[in-house]
Amino acid sequence: MAKTARASVWPAVIALAIATVYLIALLAAEKQALIIALLVTGIASVVAAGWLGLLDSVTGSFADHEDAFGGCAIIAALAVAAFFHDNHFVLLLVITVMLYSVATLGLNVQFGYAGVLNFAGASFFGIGAYTSAVLNAHTTLPHVLVLLIGGCLAALAGSLLLLPVLRTRGHYAAVVTIAFALLFKTFLEVNDVLGGPQGLQVKGMTILGWSFNDNIQIGGVSLSFYMNYFVVSLLLLVGAFVLVRRLERSWIGLNLDALRLDETAASCFGLDIARWKITAFLIGNFLIGVAGALFGMVGGFVAPNNYTFADSLILVSILLLGGIGNPWGLVVATIIVVVVPEKLQTIQEYRFLLYSLLVIAVLLFRPEGLLPRPVRRYFPGWRP
Amino acid sequence: MSAMSTMSTLLEARGLSKHFGGVLALDGLDLAVAPNEIIGLIGPNGSGKTTFFNVITGIYSADAGRVTFDGADVTNASGRAVYQAGMSRTFQRSRLSLPLSIFDNIMIGNHKRLNQGLWFNLVRRSDFRREFEHSYAAARALVEVFEPALADRLSEPVAGLPMIDRRRIEICRALISAPKLLLLDEPSAGMTHDETAELMNDILLVRTRNKDLTIIIVEHEMGVIERITDRCVVLNFGRKIAEGPYRAVAADAQVQEAYLGVA
Repeated sequence: MAKTARASVWPAVIALAIATVYLIALLAAEKQALIIALLVTGIASVVAAGWLGLLDSVTGSFADHEDAFGGCAIIAALAVAAFFHDNHFVLLLVITVMLYSVATLGLNVQFGYAGVLNFAGASFFGIGAYTSAVLNAHTTLPHVLVLLIGGCLAALAGSLLLLPVLRTRGHYAAVVTIAFALLFKTFLEVNDVLGGPQGLQVKGMTILGWSFNDNIQIGGVSLSFYMNYFVVSLLLLVGAFVLVRRLERSWIGLNLDALRLDETAASCFGLDIARWKITAFLIGNFLIGVAGALFGMVGGFVAPNNYTFADSLILVSILLLGGIGNPWGLVVATIIVVVVPEKLQTIQEYRFLLYSLLVIAVLLFRPEGLLPRPVRRYFPGWRP
Repeated sequence: MSAMSTMSTLLEARGLSKHFGGVLALDGLDLAVAPNEIIGLIGPNGSGKTTFFNVITGIYSADAGRVTFDGADVTNASGRAVYQAGMSRTFQRSRLSLPLSIFDNIMIGNHKRLNQGLWFNLVRRSDFRREFEHSYAAARALVEVFEPALADRLSEPVAGLPMIDRRRIEICRALISAPKLLLLDEPSAGMTHDETAELMNDILLVRTRNKDLTIIIVEHEMGVIERITDRCVVLNFGRKIAEGPYRAVAADAQVQEAYLGVA
């Protein structure tokens, strides 16, 4: 890795283009046999590309041109949405992937960087969703503000819960989050104000009088109303992604790594352990809460059963699968975990079995995840 | 002790005690270090050398006694406070963050000189970039003193490096913030004789550039102690049993009995 010239941008862009076409094909496929064939082909091609050494050039090109690659990824997302512009089902699936990605980016700041395991991700996601249900029904606050309030309430709930334990060493915080995840669902079920087990309706999003729940007509083309939510979700994902990327590539990201890897050494070099753990936890919960608030408006409905401990475990499994600490890996893992069970209807009832097998396989054969986190590069393509 | 006037004392411990259960690891230790001195802290295993480091750097709290550093009382101060005051250390068993790059590990030691503001780090990226490039150059210059070949490899993870390079990086991590006092806990552990000699030369070289650096070194290799220290303090069962230039303490009968073994 010594002084070498910058790699070409093309391998990464071509790989992204192939992946996008593949994803569109997978999302469009209806027949189970075709879907299974596509999945098998996908896995086989990745393995084959790995053997042929093609992935190395992709990795090198990606590492040197990450910003350009990010721009291409946005275009790819837009291409997917454009292809399915009138398909409610697929667009909802794509939005789900994006909002779950935002939530796992939050978990990644907490666990991947600061080492604080949060087993109540779905609960904090739910706090965001219930915030939009209540605020959209009873207030006239602008809905963009409601999203931010959802994030702040998730951060506030997390801080009330965890400020005392985050000052301690070890995994006490993780234990507290498990208790919270279990209590949260029960609390919602017995709370009549929040709709009890039936849950609440959530009013759709409106920005400056533009109602998001109406289909759109442009010229002779009609777009699904989910296109509105797609655009907002994409903006949120890009914002969260840039935030998390910059966080990692800063002294703060270094602080979080240092305290995760060795608290004693870190405090000998002046790190305020509690301050940075709390900072990471609040940023993470804020992202989870905002994603939840938007997800509530997208779905139009919130109920306790959507925010269980099992859902929190799925979020954690995405983190393990994608590669702890690698935001790109998280997005890939979220696509796999959300899209595959949805398309493969035949395995619906076995999805938890699939998750468990997948996570065990990853931990056994690729303990750092599908896309392991590379060494920190503060500025992509920078050479001394 | 009495000859050492208080005004020229950088670090002073008085009556410092620490026990673990029934074991007295430090038993009323008195120790004074003058600015620019290189002190060898020697003694048999379990005599309290590392415990002394851990007590003054805030890892353990003292049961009795006082510590003053650079004119301020730092008794039972936190590791952070002691580091901010200008004390920096290495560990007996290497404590680098192995998955992180060489540069990252060194920057952990530079914490107090880096801007830790959220706004600066996340939003003012061009200012951050300037600080990053400046720090990179500083880390590179420091590593170059120890091993020029490593200076081109700062973005590689530490995990793949041999022990001597890890020691060098640990010492760079301790030196990057320009501390007043450097505590070296057995820097030769796990290295060959020649490697140790090389490392000591590098430390002395750094010291010729930074005249204000005071060093306390815990070491079992007596050749090292003899060569680089101005003065030795010998511990046994948490107490100071001798103090003076290496040749004098090595000749001391009590020291020979406790440490070097009686012929």
